Amino acid sequence: MLLIKNGRVLDPATKTDATLDVLIDGDRIAQVGANLESSNGAEVFDARDLIVAPGFIDLHCHLREPGGEMSETIETGTRSAARGGFTAVCCMPNTQPVNDNASVTRSIVERAAAAGTVRVWPIGAASAGSKGEALAEISAMKSAGIVAVSDDGKPVATARLMRQVMDYCTPLGLPVIDHCEDPSLFAGGVMREGPNSLKLGLPGIPAASESICVGRDIEMALLTGARLHVAHMSTAGSLAYVRAAKRNKLRVTCEVTPHHFTLTDDDVRYDTHYKMNPPLASRSDRDALIGGLADGSIDAIATDHAPHHPASKDVEFDRAPFGVLGFETALALGLTELVDTGKMPLMRLVELFTTGPARVLGLERKIAAGEPADLTIFSSDHTWTYRTADSPSKSRNSPFDGRSFRGAPMATIVGGKVVYRRT
Amino acid sequence: MLQRLSHLLGTENLTSEQIAFILDQAKPFQEFQRHPLKKLATLRGKTVAIAFFESSTRTRISFTTAASRLGADTMALQAESSSLKKGESLIDTVRTLEAMRPDGIVIRHASSGAPEFVAQRLEIPVLNAGDGTHEHPTQALLDALTIRDRKGKLEGWNITILGDILHSRVARSNIHLLTKFGVKITLCGPAMWVPRDLEKLAPGVRVVHCIEEGLRGADVVMVLRVQTERLHQPALAPDEYIAQYQLTPARLLLAQPDALVLHPGPIVRGLEIDSAVADGPQSGVLEQVTNGLAIRMALLYHLIGGAPADAPHPAKDRANASD
Repeated sequence: MLLIKNGRVLDPATKTDATLDVLIDGDRIAQVGANLESSNGAEVFDARDLIVAPGFIDLHCHLREPGGEMSETIETGTRSAARGGFTAVCCMPNTQPVNDNASVTRSIVERAAAAGTVRVWPIGAASAGSKGEALAEISAMKSAGIVAVSDDGKPVATARLMRQVMDYCTPLGLPVIDHCEDPSLFAGGVMREGPNSLKLGLPGIPAASESICVGRDIEMALLTGARLHVAHMSTAGSLAYVRAAKRNKLRVTCEVTPHHFTLTDDDVRYDTHYKMNPPLASRSDRDALIGGLADGSIDAIATDHAPHHPASKDVEFDRAPFGVLGFETALALGLTELVDTGKMPLMRLVELFTTGPARVLGLERKIAAGEPADLTIFSSDHTWTYRTADSPSKSRNSPFDGRSFRGAPMATIVGGKVVYRRT
Repeated sequence: MLQRLSHLLGTENLTSEQIAFILDQAKPFQEFQRHPLKKLATLRGKTVAIAFFESSTRTRISFTTAASRLGADTMALQAESSSLKKGESLIDTVRTLEAMRPDGIVIRHASSGAPEFVAQRLEIPVLNAGDGTHEHPTQALLDALTIRDRKGKLEGWNITILGDILHSRVARSNIHLLTKFGVKITLCGPAMWVPRDLEKLAPGVRVVHCIEEGLRGADVVMVLRVQTERLHQPALAPDEYIAQYQLTPARLLLAQPDALVLHPGPIVRGLEIDSAVADGPQSGVLEQVTNGLAIRMALLYHLIGGAPADAPHPAKDRANASD
């Protein structure tokens, strides 16, 4: 038994914003109410001045296991996720081997259970080997625990394949997540095309490279009626397509990463911690994304946590792999960039980390008796400095190393167990 | 007071005072190239690492000769014969070179930003001899020296740069350098190689896609080589390029009558420039090559020699000549 006393319970599902106690019995929430008695010797967690939210869900991360253990393992990645306040993370299938069959899925699920921190919900490959040819063993992976399919790292190769994947996944109830990019426009680019790419002499990727593929996928969603989720969306053009699809009642959702709502292509310099895909967008695209996050057009904040071991990033900009760490700075960036700036109320930010991503997966998330005891307890005014050297992650590739923040996860509770507590 | 340089990574972050100082320092080295005995003792005992991770002939020979004429020894690394082929990273390669204790390193690399990457990690001065499609500062400095010699000054000219600007480090370094002296720059070439956003690189830059409009009234015309090896998109058919953008004697008439024609080389005769222009009286192409030696000697002397800015110039001090 764990009694969380005097926290400000913020639950977007029930629109609750009140000082309440939450009693946890085993792996479930037993009771939510004011001034609950601590009976039967329940352990008491004093949450005074803290916010108690449903457990955060990250729809997009890379845990690198199997095959990339130099950069991250399920064990180190989930510890980093717990520090970021995440109670469940969806890991992308671009491992080695690719998670395109049930035995890889099962091994990820078993390794995650052994690590025993946050829940790991694997995403299966859409095509065998993510090669864009034949379909992966999607139904077998579903039985083993996948929550969605994606060929992340690259787009589902053709419109025809996307149609097949969508048709196949619809009766299975699985959303199709796409990394939207047109390979012919991407063409060796390493940052967003614009004045800064011209100045730095780095090959640019036009914004249309993303939106053209979002448009294609929405056409396929219209054709098939499937659930489409646009991964790490970064441009105003893509957002316009998604808004139109939502107006037309298509089952289309999307996510945005903290680095895309925080940084712009003007921030890019010859530092590979600013190299990610999709690349940092223009200021006007970034501002449009913030608008979409605030008005509900964008469903979730997802980290795209992409660890790369230090030696692989300590190279020339154009030779470095794409990607940055994301778990431990996500909430703080949301608080700093979106709430403290008045772009959205705190309740909306919590929604983007909880009920928003849950709905993308077809799940509910709320703080109520009988629900799984997954909770994220955070402070909106705790000041701290992010240092990659302190991270349990095996990688250090963050552009936010050394940045000071106001607001931080204070405890992460998964299935009634406190898996992280800030000291 | 002149801000002392610790590296030469590009012209973007040089002040006009620093540029003028380098050009002034290069002057005596220009005259020195005409001496029968072309050897100074200024950098005797110093070693310059010449690390070319991308093939080059003229820039490598120019730097090597400049170092040699200052009395320095060189150690050369060339991509074809280096351990890069065996998978060694750039940082490991340059740290290995540094462990042999050179006093400075000259780097050419196909990746934009590679010299800055190295400069942040080594203790010795780094000279950028061309990085990707970013900068080629010694080329811009030698171009500036040539313009100043032939036109009497740098300030206030209308200068047209013609060709594939998008993939040109020479163009970027020239744009940054020349605009610091109030030069009005016209960038001209096919639209896919001359994007409109280039106008935001510096004040006084305009983009024009019609060569006649681009050349009209120009005081200097810089012709770039068409760098087919660096293109990420289908290249234009050579005949199309020639028809639309070759600098011909007839087109040159649109520029000022005494317009100076420059080309960083190597020239592809009959493609970007007509031989009659390249070899004509308005061409400064061969002076550019000689001026390259003077500029590189001036830079090596200041970055590696460590002399104060007001020290007597070594090329004027004949006692300094070695045997």
